[in-house]
Amino acid sequence: MNDVRSYHGQAVIKQPVWTWEIPSYFFTGGVAGASAGLAYLSEIAGNDVLARRAWAAALAGVGVSPLLLISDLGKPERFVNMLRMFKVTSPMSVGSWILTISGTATAVAALHSWLGLFPQLSKLARPAAALSGLPLSTYTGALVANTAIPVWHQSRRTLPFVFAAGAGLSAGAAGVILTPTHAAGAARRLAVAGSLAEMAAKELMEHRLGELGEPYKLNPARTLGHVGRGCLLAGSALLAARGSTSRAAAATAGGLLLAGALSARWSVFKAGFQSASDPRYVIGPQRRGIHNRIRRGAARTTPRGTAAGPAGSPVAV
Amino acid sequence: MKLETHTWPDAYGERAQPRMGFFTDTSVCIGCKACEVACKEWNQIPMSLQGFTGKSYDNTVDLGADTWRHVAFVEQQVPATVHDGASLVEAAQRASVIDAGVHTYQEGDGIRWLMASDVCKHCTDAACLEVCPTGALFRTEFGTVVVQEDVCNGCGYCVPACPFGVLDQREDDGRVWKCTLCYDRLKDDKEPACAQACPTNSIQFGELAELRGRAERRLAQLQQAGQDKAQLYLADDDDGIHGAGAFFLLLDEPEVYGLPPDPVDTVRDVRSIWGAAGAAAAALAAGLVVSVFGGRR
Repeated sequence: MNDVRSYHGQAVIKQPVWTWEIPSYFFTGGVAGASAGLAYLSEIAGNDVLARRAWAAALAGVGVSPLLLISDLGKPERFVNMLRMFKVTSPMSVGSWILTISGTATAVAALHSWLGLFPQLSKLARPAAALSGLPLSTYTGALVANTAIPVWHQSRRTLPFVFAAGAGLSAGAAGVILTPTHAAGAARRLAVAGSLAEMAAKELMEHRLGELGEPYKLNPARTLGHVGRGCLLAGSALLAARGSTSRAAAATAGGLLLAGALSARWSVFKAGFQSASDPRYVIGPQRRGIHNRIRRGAARTTPRGTAAGPAGSPVAV
Repeated sequence: MKLETHTWPDAYGERAQPRMGFFTDTSVCIGCKACEVACKEWNQIPMSLQGFTGKSYDNTVDLGADTWRHVAFVEQQVPATVHDGASLVEAAQRASVIDAGVHTYQEGDGIRWLMASDVCKHCTDAACLEVCPTGALFRTEFGTVVVQEDVCNGCGYCVPACPFGVLDQREDDGRVWKCTLCYDRLKDDKEPACAQACPTNSIQFGELAELRGRAERRLAQLQQAGQDKAQLYLADDDDGIHGAGAFFLLLDEPEVYGLPPDPVDTVRDVRSIWGAAGAAAAALAAGLVVSVFGGRR
C-alpha cells in the first residue's frame, strides 16, 4: 500500500467537519438507549429500585444528546430541518427520528417513574422507549460506516456491534453508580458483559480491517484505544470483585467503565480522520480491487483506452 | 447507455431537461486557471488563499466550499527524447542539464506536464445527496446535484460521504457549498461560467449523451497518436457511482491527478450497514434480557 501514486501526497477525500460533540453524542445516545431497555426490563422483573435509576440515566442521556447534536450543526437554528423528510439512505435522517421518538417516550416514562405523571400515556411510552433505545444505541455505527472513509466503511459489519456493546456497558455502569448494591445485580452483569463484548468486538473490527486499520495503531486513536481498554479492564475487574459488597467500589468501577466507553468512541472517531487524511488508505484498496478484477477478466476494469495504441513519447495534440 | 438517476428524469415528468454535464479533456488543458477565476466571479465565492504551496503551479490545492473548480498541475520526469533532427550529443547535453536540476520546465526537456481542471462530478449515484438528512441536496431537472443554501443546516454528513472530497463546510457560514453546474445559467440557456471561459475547449459543456460520444472519438484520436495511458474516467455506467455527469479524459491514472481510481457510492452498501445495525440492536436486546433475568439481584 506504500507504493501508491498520488497527487502531491494530498488527501483524496475530506475529513469530517464534526467536532467533539459527535463522539460525545455516540456515548450519551448509547447511555440513553440501553438504559431505557434496562429500566423497562427491570420494571418487568419487579426491580423498581434499579428501574427508576435507569430511567433517570436514560432521561439524562436523551436530554443532553439533542443539545450536543444541535451545537455541532453549522446552522444550529435550522435543527428542525432534520425532520423535513425521512430517508433510509441517510442514517442521520433515520437517527433523527429515532432520537425524537426515543426522547419523547423516555421523558414520559421517566416522569411517570419518578413523579407518577402520565399514567395512561406511559403504558405505551415505556415499551416504546425501550424498543427505540435499541436502534438509538447502534445507528450511530451505521452513520459513520455509511461514508467514504475507509476505516469506517470497511468495518460496516462490526462497527454497530462495537457501539451496541459500548451502549450496554455504559448503561450498566450508570446503573451501578446510581443504584444501591443490593438492587444492582442486573446492572453489574450488563456492565461486565458489555465491557468484554466491547473489547472483543473492537479487537475483531481492527483485526478484520487489516492494513486499513492502521489508523488505530497511530495516535491519537491508539492512545484513546489503550486508555479505553485499560479503563474497561480495571473497571470490570473491580466491579466483578467488589461491586456487590462495596458501594464505593461499585461507583469507582462505574466511573472507570464510563470513561472507557467514552474513550473507545473517541478512538473510533479519531481513526476516521486519520484514515481520510492519508491517500494511501483510499487509493491503495481501490487500485488493488481494480487489479484483482483485471485478473479475473472483468470487462470494466481495463481503463478505457489503455488496451490499444503503441507505447510512445508524448505527442503534440 | 444508462443516464437515468434515481430521481431524474422521472420525478420531473414533462419538465425534465436533457441531462447536462462536463467533458473535461485534460489533454488540451494549458493550466491557465481561467475556469477557477470565472467560477469565483460568477458564483461570488469568497477568496480561498492558500499561500505558496510549492506544488508546481497549484496554489489552489483542492476542491472545497470556496473552490468549485481546481486546476491540478503534475510534473513528471521523463527521459529526454531525441527531437527530430537533433543529435544524440545534444540529447545527452540536455539530459545532463536536467540531472543538474536547472531544466527549463518546458515540455519535452525531461519534463511532462499534466494539467486537469477538477470539478464536482454530479454522480449518477450521488452519495452526498443520498445521505443528506434535510433534503438540501437535490437532483435538478438537468440531472445535476445542487445544494439548496436555504435548507442546508450544516450537519456535515455529505463531507465524508463524497468519494471525491468535493464538498466542504464554509467556516464562517456553517453550510456546505459546491459546484452547482451553474444551475442559474442553465435555467437561462447559458453554459456554465468555467466552460465559457475555457480558451482551449478543455472544458466542454453539453448533453451528457452527446459528450460521451465526443469523448470516445477524442480518445481514439489520442490513442492513435501514441498516448498509451489515455483513458476516460467516470464515463462508464458500471463503475461504483454508475458514471458521472462530469467526466474526464486523462493522460495517466486517476490517482496521479488526485482522483480516486475506483470511487464507490457508500450508499450501495446501505442494506448491509442497516443489517449490521439491526443485528447489533438485537444482540443488545439479548444482552439486556440475559442481564436482567439471567441471575440473582
